Amino acid sequence: MALIRLRGVTKVYGAGPAALRALDGVDLDVEAGEFVAIMGPSGSGKSTAMNIIGCLDTPSAGEYLFRGVHVERLTRDQRARLRRRHLGFVFQGFNLLARTSAQENVELPLLYRGEGVAARHAGARAALKSVGLAGWEHHTPAELSGGQQQRVAIARALVTRPTVLLADEPTGNLDTQRSREIMDLLAALNADRGITVLIVTHEAEMAAYARRVVRFLDGRIAGDAVTAHPVDAQATAGAA
Amino acid sequence: MLWNSLLLAWRSIRRNLLRSFLTVLGIVIGVSAVITMVTLGQGATRAVQDQISSLGSNLLQVRPGQRLGPGMDTAGAPAFAEADVQAIATQLGGIRAVAPEVRRGVTVIYAARNWSTSVTGTTNAYFETSNWRLASGRKFEDFEERAGAAVCVIGATVRRELFGAASPLGQQIRVKDFSCEVIGLLASKGQGAFGMDQDDVILLPLRTVQRRVTGSTRVNTLLVSMKEGSDTERVKASLTQLLRERRHLAEGDEDNFNVLDTRQIAETLSGTTRIMTMLLGAVAAVSLLVGGIGIMNIMLVSVTERTREIGVRLAIGALEREVLLQFLIEAVVLAALGGLVGVVLAAFASVLLAQVMQVPFLFNAGINLLALAFAAAIGVIFGYFPARRAARLDPIEALRHE
Repeated sequence: MALIRLRGVTKVYGAGPAALRALDGVDLDVEAGEFVAIMGPSGSGKSTAMNIIGCLDTPSAGEYLFRGVHVERLTRDQRARLRRRHLGFVFQGFNLLARTSAQENVELPLLYRGEGVAARHAGARAALKSVGLAGWEHHTPAELSGGQQQRVAIARALVTRPTVLLADEPTGNLDTQRSREIMDLLAALNADRGITVLIVTHEAEMAAYARRVVRFLDGRIAGDAVTAHPVDAQATAGAA
Repeated sequence: MLWNSLLLAWRSIRRNLLRSFLTVLGIVIGVSAVITMVTLGQGATRAVQDQISSLGSNLLQVRPGQRLGPGMDTAGAPAFAEADVQAIATQLGGIRAVAPEVRRGVTVIYAARNWSTSVTGTTNAYFETSNWRLASGRKFEDFEERAGAAVCVIGATVRRELFGAASPLGQQIRVKDFSCEVIGLLASKGQGAFGMDQDDVILLPLRTVQRRVTGSTRVNTLLVSMKEGSDTERVKASLTQLLRERRHLAEGDEDNFNVLDTRQIAETLSGTTRIMTMLLGAVAAVSLLVGGIGIMNIMLVSVTERTREIGVRLAIGALEREVLLQFLIEAVVLAALGGLVGVVLAAFASVLLAQVMQVPFLFNAGINLLALAFAAAIGVIFGYFPARRAARLDPIEALRHE
């Protein structure tokens, strides 16, 4: 069974004639270990699909099974527990806590999971090291560059050893050079650790890092293809 | 979970020190104002009570005439005589001492200095009825009282004005047209209940004043001090009965004298200061409430400011109640901190102001606890609603918030 299975997922905002169908009967399967890019123009429903997959939102109709569990039947708290066990989020705007050190930002998910001081400390240091930020633990977001802030955010998503990493426009606020570094990092996590990675992007260059590209249009899936020549993460990293 | 929420709340307070400080400031001012006002008010009440009891405890003041008001009370009624004093002392039960009082304004002279004051003609019983103690020297001898000798006991103010730091004992001062030997010095009582200087007195034997100053045998006031624990109303009734007989009043005639109970004055005055204390406390309570609204306001603003942060916390797996608890703890910690600082500040302010205002500092555990509890309650109530709003936010809505 697929790790993520969407069947007839529909999301309607509002009611009556003014109602907006953001998603209209979407079927999608994602297997464990895949690297999927979701593309599409603004308003195509790609972010809505991402929010539903991330258990932040629930479908108006249809079924969403995550590891065989019907997410649409879960309560708010049950979805929160699912998020903190299995899902890691990376946002376009980084969304780090201001005036808070990288270390404390990365520790936060562990705190909500109820880990002890020693485990939090070690986990956060290891996560920061894995994104190449060893030695930057005590810097606050204001003291870090955009690329570094996104690395901290990725470390925060990784620290709980999630099954799935969800990234909504992770390179939207970064220049091309930093964007490539972030994509290399995500591709390496997918390749080395087997973490399932889903990214939403509208840049073809970034989508090319993924092995599979799903295109959304008007709330429906308009295309689903395996990338012909996925960018070689190692090669790009060497060129950078 | 509680420990984690505490940690999160603490980190949040530390991250926003200025905001936290401003929040606490409102509570600090409110709490310290309430405690200081009530403490000082109670000190003032005590001060008034002390001053009144220094007039004489359990004292009845008897004056001729009906009590019509200030300055009108002796209209037409016959004065008392020395014999009335003996009659009361021998025939009335439950009393400690009876003293006559004849007072007249005079100018006294010693060497080149003169001083406008008043002389009081009385007996040694006056020391008891009016709570006077001797600082040095002696009281009147029996023969001096009987003969109307030219001897006097002076108060601290008269001594200071005429003698400065020198000893007055044995010196002759000039009162009106006769010389008078100072035989005693009264211990200072300080300022009286109505702002008058109680130490500005010269005591002479009654007969000396009657013969040499007023020129009549009239006695204006009788001071009757009762024994501790005696029934004031009963003593008053039998005193009234005795005086009616001695003044030959028929059944049905109105009293042509009045009996004033110092305890009544004390109760009236301390009632007034108690009302003042309550008023001040009420005003201060309003400032505490305003401080609480300040906390609510800041919590609301901080929730708005931190909406994205809440979205992030919810997205990475915080439960609704964990966010709620964090905000609640933040509010309670700030309110309790403000309350504690307010209590400490109030203690300093009360001690200092009590000294400046010359009222006793009375520590009141009740008002301190009440103000603290109120501050904590403000934290819980005003912290709860913004916190609930924060925790109920949809994570996506919160994340989209700009």
